[in-house]
Amino acid sequence: MNNYIWLIPILPLAGFLINGFGRNVLPKGVIGFVGCLVVLISFGLSIAAFSEVSAGKLTQPIDLFNWFNAGTINISFSFLVDRLSVLMMLIITGVGFLIHLYSVGYMHHDEGFGKFFSYLNLFIFFMLLLVMGSNYLIMFIGWEGVGLCSYLLIGFWYTNPAYADAAKKAFVMNRIGDLGFIIGIFLILYYFGSVAYADIFPKATQMQGFNVPFTLITILLFVGAVGKSAQLPLFTWLPDAMAGPTPVSALIHAATMVTAGVYMVARSNILFTLAPYTMEIVAVIGLATATFAALIALSQTDIKKVLAYSTVSQLGYMFLGLGVGAYTGAFFHVMTHAFFKALLFLGAGSVIHAMSNEQDMRQMGGLKGKLKITFITMLIGTLAISGIPPFAGFFSKDEILAHVFAHNETMYIIGVITAMFTSFYMFRMLYLTFYGKFRGTSEQEHHLHESPPTMTIPLIVLAVLSIVGGFIGIPEVLGGHHWLEGWLSPVFADSVKTNLLPKYDLSSSTEIALMCASVGGAVLALIYAYVKYVKNAHVPLLHDEEGPGLVNLSYHKFYVDGIYAFLIREPLDGLSVFFYKVVDLLAIDGIVNGLGKMTVRSSKGLRLLQTGNVGFYIFMMVIGIIAILVYSFVKI
Amino acid sequence: MTVSILIFLPVVAALVVLFLKGQAAKYGALLFALAELVIAGIFLSRFVPNAETQFAVTAPWMAKAGIYFSAGIDGISMIMVILTTLLVPLIILSTFKHQYKNAPVFYALILFMQAGLLTVFTALDGFLFYVGWEIALIPIYFICAMWGGENRIKVNIKFFIYTFAGSLFMLLGIIYLKMQNPTGLYDLHQFYENKLDARHQSWVFWAFFLAFAIKMPIFPFHTWQPDTYTEAPTGGTMMLSGIMLKMGIYGVIRWLIPIAPLGVQRWAFVALILSIIGIVYASIIAFKQKDGKRLVAYSSIAHVGLISAALFTFIRPDGAFIWTAQAVQGAMIQMLNHGINVVGLFFIWDIISNRLNTREIDQMGGIAKVAPKFAIAFLIITLGTVALPLTNGFVGEFLLINGVFQFNIWLAALAGLTMIFGAVYMLRMYKSVMQGETNALTATFTDISGSEMTVLGVICLLIILIGVYPQPILHLSDAAVSNLVNIVHTKVPAK
Repeated sequence: MNNYIWLIPILPLAGFLINGFGRNVLPKGVIGFVGCLVVLISFGLSIAAFSEVSAGKLTQPIDLFNWFNAGTINISFSFLVDRLSVLMMLIITGVGFLIHLYSVGYMHHDEGFGKFFSYLNLFIFFMLLLVMGSNYLIMFIGWEGVGLCSYLLIGFWYTNPAYADAAKKAFVMNRIGDLGFIIGIFLILYYFGSVAYADIFPKATQMQGFNVPFTLITILLFVGAVGKSAQLPLFTWLPDAMAGPTPVSALIHAATMVTAGVYMVARSNILFTLAPYTMEIVAVIGLATATFAALIALSQTDIKKVLAYSTVSQLGYMFLGLGVGAYTGAFFHVMTHAFFKALLFLGAGSVIHAMSNEQDMRQMGGLKGKLKITFITMLIGTLAISGIPPFAGFFSKDEILAHVFAHNETMYIIGVITAMFTSFYMFRMLYLTFYGKFRGTSEQEHHLHESPPTMTIPLIVLAVLSIVGGFIGIPEVLGGHHWLEGWLSPVFADSVKTNLLPKYDLSSSTEIALMCASVGGAVLALIYAYVKYVKNAHVPLLHDEEGPGLVNLSYHKFYVDGIYAFLIREPLDGLSVFFYKVVDLLAIDGIVNGLGKMTVRSSKGLRLLQTGNVGFYIFMMVIGIIAILVYSFVKI
Repeated sequence: MTVSILIFLPVVAALVVLFLKGQAAKYGALLFALAELVIAGIFLSRFVPNAETQFAVTAPWMAKAGIYFSAGIDGISMIMVILTTLLVPLIILSTFKHQYKNAPVFYALILFMQAGLLTVFTALDGFLFYVGWEIALIPIYFICAMWGGENRIKVNIKFFIYTFAGSLFMLLGIIYLKMQNPTGLYDLHQFYENKLDARHQSWVFWAFFLAFAIKMPIFPFHTWQPDTYTEAPTGGTMMLSGIMLKMGIYGVIRWLIPIAPLGVQRWAFVALILSIIGIVYASIIAFKQKDGKRLVAYSSIAHVGLISAALFTFIRPDGAFIWTAQAVQGAMIQMLNHGINVVGLFFIWDIISNRLNTREIDQMGGIAKVAPKFAIAFLIITLGTVALPLTNGFVGEFLLINGVFQFNIWLAALAGLTMIFGAVYMLRMYKSVMQGETNALTATFTDISGSEMTVLGVICLLIILIGVYPQPILHLSDAAVSNLVNIVHTKVPAK
């Protein structure tokens, strides 16, 4: 019964083709229906695959065809559905379906409706390839394919040059990471003679000590993850990616694509486990990103920007988890984050929709009466991301933080402070948007309305998932069994066997104490936000030049974009002009022309050259050929 | 059936077209080019993808001088034949919206060039190879001189000096090899058996290398290329960039490396470094080019640089032989892909400059909105050029960078910069031309139709088909390449 697996990615591809070719002919109803249906069927098939996997079937890769071979390289186009990938498939198609459904309402008035759905379907196709591939090269197809879709969808409204720039930036920054990734693949190919997981991972443990540069391999793979998952220093594309329509932000730039880096590390866990230095780097980069992005989020006033930086920050947590060996915890956070962050973005979309495309929170306020469903669902999402029990984010974030504590206490403290920041800026967003008085124009106020059911139903479903999603991983100390840990244990079994993972041996009382600390911190932060933004009704000033230096720095995103432009883009552009005007036109051409002139001067007979008489060249050549012939005859 | 049909049909075609009048010339040329494609298809269907030379012809030509008309097709030549016969009809069709003065001459020259190119790609005799090389070159001088842009004369002189110098050295090399050959023939496979020592093979290396390096071109022998590509009429530019530069790459694979492996062993590192400099250097120059055609010209230097870098990844400092079948296979498939993509890009610019009478990127914007079909084609070609997986560029680029990687990781990283830089200049160009709001110049841009649709449609289809399923093409040249790699390997002493 393996022969339906290939349908899972192919159906969205078919959706892309139907909607792509029919974008100007098909009625919107049909386009929306096709777009949603293909993803829904894929979701159904993924559930079937899930049940097969849990029954212990589908252990072998499913070969479709021989993609290419050259010399000793042999790459087959094949899928691997195992305990790790099947969960990703469920998230991609499940959350993906909800977002497709939401888009039917959200994009209804857009003239590019058909184009939008075709791109969205294409994205699902590539994302499924990414997680279903049974070797690194198929993963790479998906990896760059989702990058393409991200490019297309960020630049969906390309007539705005700023949006087109954001799209380009996302693609280029991802490409920087991809170069690292592909060189990592070369190294793997060189040392393992294959790119297939089934060939690499079982060998990896035995190859330890055989001069295999695991550290270098994993660092290069991680560079790929840094690009795709927007970690320091390649994170600046993600906030700009908010130029795309909001469902895109929810699907691609929150729930699925940006977590591909986490998936890749989790997939390659044995390689990373064998490279303790890389693990430390992953943890430090993750933590630094989590904190840095949270600091920026503190003062942002655009509702989508707040969510974008919070995504960067939460991705940082995931890498922090991976780095300290909490593979299950990190993947757990991928799942819960997919629920609550998709929810928050869709909620923000609902707000923006109601506010006639206003994204500035300074123009909002008091919306909770008018947008009841949006408000309640977003409240749930905010509680979940802030790590308040029993919402989903609490369990996953807590698991990561507990492992961090076991690894290094200083990192733990920074992690908890960042969690407090998270709680603060999320509630700040919630209060500024839904509490207090309405601050927009009277026209906007007049139009305020709750969104249609196609938009609110996904919100409600995701809200439910944000409440119960954490229950798949209730730790034993709270009386649970941690189903997810058991489910994923075969995936990480080899890593555990190496004994290289950081030890995790906290007592129950320590675990409880840690939970109390992080929950307490989050609650304190939300109370502070309440006092500041609800009780004192503080609204950030419209002018940028407010407050002390630190706030300014945060508001201006620490000027990272400017620094990159100054350090990289401008020098390269300068070099471009220098190479062209000086090296090419002056130096090399100068020499060539000089040689040419010398030749001309040295022989009067060749003066004809200067007239550009082509016939003469030909004549010369013919003479030459004849001369050669004559020579050959004489010689013989 | 022998390869001589492929070589002589275009010659006959050129003569016939010369006597056609007006519109008939271009239709006649297209018809002949399509007939040639069909014949190539028949050859392909009968081709057995092993290492043997097939459809061979050997006839005494000037036997006293040791010159034979000797040609044939193996897997390597097959790819080149496909490249040539596939692109020529596309190129001819792409000129249909132009009204050239002396059109019959123009099309006759293109067909004549095709004959020369096919001679180069199938010749098994050194002298025939040289004659084909010159026959391919001569028409392009005329095409540039008669139908080129404002600076055509000046540019053509530079082009001529470069290529003439190159050809001259190559000719000397060929004659030298013939003189060293005990049988006194120009036979390629006898050239392979030469007993020259490393010092003499080094001379042979440089004689061939200069010709090929100029043709491709490799940095710093490239400055004729952007000027010529820019000034030539687009049909000529496509012939040059799509097919003719592959004479250089093909020459490296078929002639240079197997004939002078000891010379290559000594000098490949220099060629490798020059190639890699070329990749980075030309990519960076492409960043700020204002003329679209010139930008594409520089991007071509970068892409070809990667091919030659992989081909000159020959021996590692520790003495390991690293001229691998996968790298050469990468070069083979990338020659085809580069041909398709670069013809697509130059056609894109031809369409734009026909409509807007300018190629200044900065003056444009918003064309995607008024010409959606054109926008899709431009995007797909752009993606093929930046080698996105599942487009044609990827597999070749993967094999090529992996080839360079066999030397060391840092050179691979430098060569791999083309992945990043390519995305930068291609997407910058796409954004400036296609995205943003329309302006007074671009508002009336009409979408593609007719012959333009056909050409771009075929190109886009090829980009995706080869990208999704490259194996049949790799399979064609697989055995021949492996065989060649083995031949070369046995001649390089192991350390």
